[in-house]
Amino acid sequence: MNQGLARLQWPENIVAGDVVKVRLLVQHPMQTGYQQDMQGRLIPRNVLLWLSCTLGDQQVFRAEPSSGIAANPYFEFFVRARATADMVVRWQDDLGVAGEWQQRMVVVERKTPGP
Amino acid sequence: MSRARQLLFMAGWLLFGAGALSQPPPLPRTLAPQQLRSGLTFSGPDVQSLQADAFANPGLLWLARGESLWGQRVGPPNLSCQDCHGLKASSMQGVAVQYPKLATGSGSLINLEDQIRACRTQRQGVSDWGFESDGLLAMTLYLTEASKGLALRLSPDPRLAVHLQAGASLFQRQQGQLNLSCAQCHDQQQGRRLYSDRLSQGQPNGYPVYRLEWQTLGSLERRLRSCYAGIRAEPPSWGDPQMRQLALYLNWRGEGLPLEVPAVRK
Repeated sequence: MNQGLARLQWPENIVAGDVVKVRLLVQHPMQTGYQQDMQGRLIPRNVLLWLSCTLGDQQVFRAEPSSGIAANPYFEFFVRARATADMVVRWQDDLGVAGEWQQRMVVVERKTPGP
Repeated sequence: MSRARQLLFMAGWLLFGAGALSQPPPLPRTLAPQQLRSGLTFSGPDVQSLQADAFANPGLLWLARGESLWGQRVGPPNLSCQDCHGLKASSMQGVAVQYPKLATGSGSLINLEDQIRACRTQRQGVSDWGFESDGLLAMTLYLTEASKGLALRLSPDPRLAVHLQAGASLFQRQQGQLNLSCAQCHDQQQGRRLYSDRLSQGQPNGYPVYRLEWQTLGSLERRLRSCYAGIRAEPPSWGDPQMRQLALYLNWRGEGLPLEVPAVRK
């Protein structure tokens, strides 16, 4: 199930055992609490408290972005892909809004070298 | 030809001539077509590479949201945009480059955001999209994407001439505590530095734009208001016809520049 909005990307053809670069972009305003709206009122602080990525049943990345990170934060990390599994990104912000984004990472078996 | 008919003929010519005289004279183009430069060419390599990145360009998040909104049924009639307009790619191609234009019913000058808001309130019966709301910006960007790469081209409606003239004089008007006009920066000083920034031509071919200063997507109207703040002038209220006229003039001035979607600026 997808809540909120994110984008996930990795190389197209992944062979088991490959180390792949994962790119993640999450839509979030990352309000610092010091900005004003169009009417000049302070916008309450609203930043991502934590964000975690699991591949299959294993957590592969976790961050606590807090304030000072730009809006719509972009993350990049590496994982070793062993088998086809779902990458699930979950996050929560100051307003208690939880986000979830899921995408399947397809991994093909490494071909054993011929005789 | 009898004397009376001759007189009538002449009177007709006089009337026609007088009519032609009351038309505003054609506007002079301050930038030749080969001089036109997108704001992207004034940006640094970091901004240029972010816009070119087909994954990390943050505008793509709004594009994805617009895509899902297009098919979403809302309001009492339970209608989606797609129910009336069909597929965006075919029905909306070339639409965005024509705005601002005159509304079919009221004849007032509207931009694409106004049209979307009118559609949403009148046909779908929902009035939740205020100026600069995420939904409105996402839908505007999504529709603009159908015209990606097409050149800015105003609709040939002759009734636009009055508004174009008004926009042109607004562009030339010095205002604010700094007593500056749009033209002084974006026609006469374009390409030179203002503090650490390179003064652009003020071209409207990338809106709604993801602006790093805003950390979000924003409309051309919001960008114009930024300029008002920059010269310390009081901006017109949101949705003011003056802003539409200025946008119309900018689109006319930039005619020929291809639309960039989604654009990123500093």
